[in-house]
Amino acid sequence: MTSLLDYAEVAGEDVIHHLHQLARPLTGLKVVHVNSTRVGGGVAELLDRLVPLKQELGIDAQWEVIQGGERFYECTKNFHNGLQGKAAPISESLLKVYEKTNEENAEELKPLLEEADIVFIHDPQPLPLIQWCPNRKGKWVWRCHIDLSHPQRSLWKYLRKYVLNYDATVFSLANFAQRLPQTQYLIPPSIDPLSEKNCDLPEEEIASVRNLFGIDPERPMILQVSRFDRFKDPTGVIRAYRLAKAFVPSLQLVLAGGGATDDPEGDAVLAEVRTEADDDQDIHILLLPPDAHRAVNALQRAATLIVQKSTKEGFGLTVTEGLWKSKPVIGGDTGGIRLQVIPHHTGFLVSTPEGAALRMRYLLRQPDKIEEMGAKAKEFVRHNFLITRHVREYLSLMVALIHGDDERIELEKD
Amino acid sequence: MPPQESDVGPFVVKDCALVAIATGLTAQNLRELRDHLLAVPLSSVYYHFWGGRLRPVFEDPQYNNDFAIWCHYTVHDDILAERLAVIDPKDFPDSEDLRQEVVDIIDQRIDEIVRPTWVSHDRQFNFIRSQIVVFDARIRIDKPVDLVEAVPNMSLSSIFYHFIDARRRTPGAIDDFRTWLSGFGDAYEATCGALAGVDPYFVTLVELRAQLGELFQLFLGGESA
Repeated sequence: MTSLLDYAEVAGEDVIHHLHQLARPLTGLKVVHVNSTRVGGGVAELLDRLVPLKQELGIDAQWEVIQGGERFYECTKNFHNGLQGKAAPISESLLKVYEKTNEENAEELKPLLEEADIVFIHDPQPLPLIQWCPNRKGKWVWRCHIDLSHPQRSLWKYLRKYVLNYDATVFSLANFAQRLPQTQYLIPPSIDPLSEKNCDLPEEEIASVRNLFGIDPERPMILQVSRFDRFKDPTGVIRAYRLAKAFVPSLQLVLAGGGATDDPEGDAVLAEVRTEADDDQDIHILLLPPDAHRAVNALQRAATLIVQKSTKEGFGLTVTEGLWKSKPVIGGDTGGIRLQVIPHHTGFLVSTPEGAALRMRYLLRQPDKIEEMGAKAKEFVRHNFLITRHVREYLSLMVALIHGDDERIELEKD
Repeated sequence: MPPQESDVGPFVVKDCALVAIATGLTAQNLRELRDHLLAVPLSSVYYHFWGGRLRPVFEDPQYNNDFAIWCHYTVHDDILAERLAVIDPKDFPDSEDLRQEVVDIIDQRIDEIVRPTWVSHDRQFNFIRSQIVVFDARIRIDKPVDLVEAVPNMSLSSIFYHFIDARRRTPGAIDDFRTWLSGFGDAYEATCGALAGVDPYFVTLVELRAQLGELFQLFLGGESA
């Protein structure tokens, strides 16, 4: 089991000391997190670490998972798409399944949730639980991890009526916040430096992954890790690679993404990517299983440069992961990528394949620059986007929830 | 006879964390920026001038507040960006005066512009306010000479609290170190004078901590413990 001491080695002892101090007034507080899955996905990964760390800090934290059937998840998947602006009409019957599933889960969770001091409900799946817990004692917070910058208005109108019952909300970026009467806290996402996706790897393991996928260790390699989605612009990455390869003929490109999904568009985009690649032996299109965390980690460490040429992006945790591996990132000038890619410091922001190609050429000819920017990139993540910062912000948020909306909260001396 | 350490009491080291809160107000052009600026709580004005010290942004030596940064990088109005960047929040007795200064500068620019710029939704200015959570770091500095060792080891958020935040909560709008040292009468007048010359606005917290450490070393390092 990973402990705060392990994080001290990565984030610094002062950071852990800070957490202990901030957690002191929260000792013994009953906090319950609720989401819809124990494994898979960013929220489950976060809670898997966040809850034990809170416990270690003396908070009585628990993690509960609601259960639903196939139609429930069909409905909430459509929510996910709709909230991110994709057309996703949802039938009345699916909405009934959603409401009924929450009612059934509330039957079991009600005693725990009504007694808790703070309840964090993650994402839309368990959102209606609140209306089945009328005698709640504590504060309820809706933590939305989804990019809500362009939600489908009819869907948001439906979900908003549940959100209004909450004491507060938490969004990842200011752009995702909505017009709501309650306090909207802002907590950016984070990565776990000790997880399989981000921990240090032995050189042999990196070499073995390189070997497995036929990547030449002697030649520069550019990597984009993301699912095959048009907003990630994988064909634009190939075009950028081609433009850069004219000047750096030894260049290799790796596009690593998820395997078969139930998203029909994913297959269509993958087909487009294969067509665009046109059997180029230096383009490696990798379909990795969702749990291939160490392979992704190794690929990021093996890469010369990381690309995330999205045209639309929520936060872009693959950018954070790339920066953490001490690689400059050439990122699309959009969403949360702008928070992380600081031009000339941690990478470059680009809007076109031509722009990406130009930056690839610029960096590939200057290994010293790659090293210098990579070192800055890692430190930038260390100070701003590690899970320890995430824990600190949760602790601050809990203190603020308990002490009200005053601009200044002075915790009592003890 | 000047006051002794025992009369003054120890320097109580505190620490803080900023909680960022979306106000829900956003601006896509200068007029909206100005109008919302008048409507937001003062903690939002403070946050956009000082909050960058404690949140994930790369220090930008050219522009030190969020309004100037937005005008430069997003609106591409460098005339306005430069006028906003030169504002030093320390020159204003309170955030209300600071707000009015920003509004006046934007108003002036709106009058000058023939074709105002409208930016896209994903590049809008998001007004954020903050809460500050202050807690006891459980460190006590008994004697002024102990600042020499203690300050370089303080957390950056402690430095923020005692040197930057102090200016909006102390009667003379000065840092906590000067407030404490003044309790010893004239004994530390030179140190206080040097502290008054430290400008926190154009340096990072890391640099500020180093500057303060050097200053205390210079002025107090010779004292016997």
